[in-house]
Amino acid sequence: MNIIVCIKRVPQTAEAEVRVDSSGKDIEKDRLTFDTNESDTYALEEAVLQKEKFGGSITVITVGDEDSEETLRIALAKGADEAIRIKAENFDELDGFKTAQILQSIIKNMDYDAIFTGCMATDDAYSQIGPTLAELLGIPHASLVTKIEINDDIAQTHRELEGGLLEHLEIKLPALFTIQTGINVPRYASLIAIRRAARKELKHIGADELAKDGLNSNSFIEELFHPPITKIAEILTGSPDETSQKLAEIIKEKI
Amino acid sequence: MNDIFVLIEHRQGVIRDITFELLACGRDLANKNNAKLTAVILADNFEKIIDKIKTQAHKIIAVENPIFKEFNAESYQIALVEIIKKENPFLTLIGHTAFGMDLCSSLATELKLPFTTDCLDIKIDDEKLSVTRQMYDGKLNSKVVLKESPSYMLTLRAGCFPAEDSSLDAEIEKIDSPISVEPDYRKFIEYIEIVAGEVDITQSDIVIGVGRGIKEKDNLPMIEEFADAIGGVVGCSRPIVDAEWLPKDRQIGSSGKTIKPKLYIALGISGAFQHIMGMKTADTIIAINKDPNAPIFNEADYGIVDDLFKIIPVLKNKILEMKA
Repeated sequence: MNIIVCIKRVPQTAEAEVRVDSSGKDIEKDRLTFDTNESDTYALEEAVLQKEKFGGSITVITVGDEDSEETLRIALAKGADEAIRIKAENFDELDGFKTAQILQSIIKNMDYDAIFTGCMATDDAYSQIGPTLAELLGIPHASLVTKIEINDDIAQTHRELEGGLLEHLEIKLPALFTIQTGINVPRYASLIAIRRAARKELKHIGADELAKDGLNSNSFIEELFHPPITKIAEILTGSPDETSQKLAEIIKEKI
Repeated sequence: MNDIFVLIEHRQGVIRDITFELLACGRDLANKNNAKLTAVILADNFEKIIDKIKTQAHKIIAVENPIFKEFNAESYQIALVEIIKKENPFLTLIGHTAFGMDLCSSLATELKLPFTTDCLDIKIDDEKLSVTRQMYDGKLNSKVVLKESPSYMLTLRAGCFPAEDSSLDAEIEKIDSPISVEPDYRKFIEYIEIVAGEVDITQSDIVIGVGRGIKEKDNLPMIEEFADAIGGVVGCSRPIVDAEWLPKDRQIGSSGKTIKPKLYIALGISGAFQHIMGMKTADTIIAINKDPNAPIFNEADYGIVDDLFKIIPVLKNKILEMKA
């Protein structure tokens, strides 16, 4: 079972203040922390679990800047065998479509049974790369996957639908799966594994080594801005005792 | 301008709510741009669906085949490639749902159409298309311009366009299915319902929602005690279920339960839109979060910007005192 996992290093913005930079098209990154995209960590764990069951190898790929090598090394420490960084700094206007084309130009020459990606990157939130990459490679896909059980070349697959419903489907390998969070419990890398991974060689691929013909973007960010405020909560201020008192009175009135 | 297409989404024989939102959005765009709105139905039995949407579009293209009883992105793609190539709409609108997310990107890629996903708003200026999207955990919006093209494809986020009544009388065109056998590389097997637990969060007047901000599973008993004091039940956002701290049937949001309690108290929940979709119709929403920029404060009626661990024990005692 040879599995390719596409991962991405993203800023952790869920609990941080996010500011637009002077270009108006990107964010100020210097005060943010970065980590592997959440659903990508589940995609990697799923690949490691499949490898533990069937053997084979895992290749992680990212289209990212030099800092993403840290993300690749964590993946190596968790069980990936090889890591490839496609140099994002060689490309501009990287929307989901263009990134998928770049990935396709590398992956099409590789030997694989399955490709796992996260179901969504938390920075741009497109959820485009998985299904686009599958289409470009000419393989079937399933997105928002919460279970994969492989027998020979058939994957019994669960997809998560709205309202708590799951869809069970059968997918023929090779295929691409976009992995939903919660499918497994991602492991932490051990210190020894991290040290070992630090010495592993990463493969770098630049724009020169890709057939750039026909690479194009679909969409362009013209502007970033703070969402218009549609409703403003009445913020209660004061010490915990004061805010709790005010809130207790409001709650009493409402119930 | 060429037509605006809307893909009708249905599941287990029922038209999904997103369909009526897509139709409202499509009508609005069609009216502003002197175009016609066409609804595209792929179903095993389309008469029932036609009946419910015929006042909502100028035209309906209906394809009937047993393979369209349930959604399969690969079967849909084969059929829609044929239809879109033939009809050449200016824009095809699909819901940003489990169904649309699975379909749009690969379908548009095969058709070589510029596309983007999860749009909150859509503007057409001089046949150029731009959309509003959300990024960085809902902290920023982006204006995204699509590459110029005679035809585009987009997915629309649920809850952005309210469904509306309409009194159109759609012209109906029934066409033969371009496909009659499900592809052997992807087969629909069945739906699986989540197992219901002992607590039904949809039935309680008071729901306490917990998110990432509770930090550790060991902090849950404190929340349960607070819920008991106030007479409510504990629900949660997705990360809590992912971490297996609470079962799936406690999840509030688009992929979990939709609740309409009298009072909803969000503790340490940032307010991803998927969560908001599940609780925004609560009568009163209170949020406690230490991040003043958390999107949850844009949905809440009352908020406290503070550490929930400082507030909850004090608040619990004040509520118990009031009850006594």
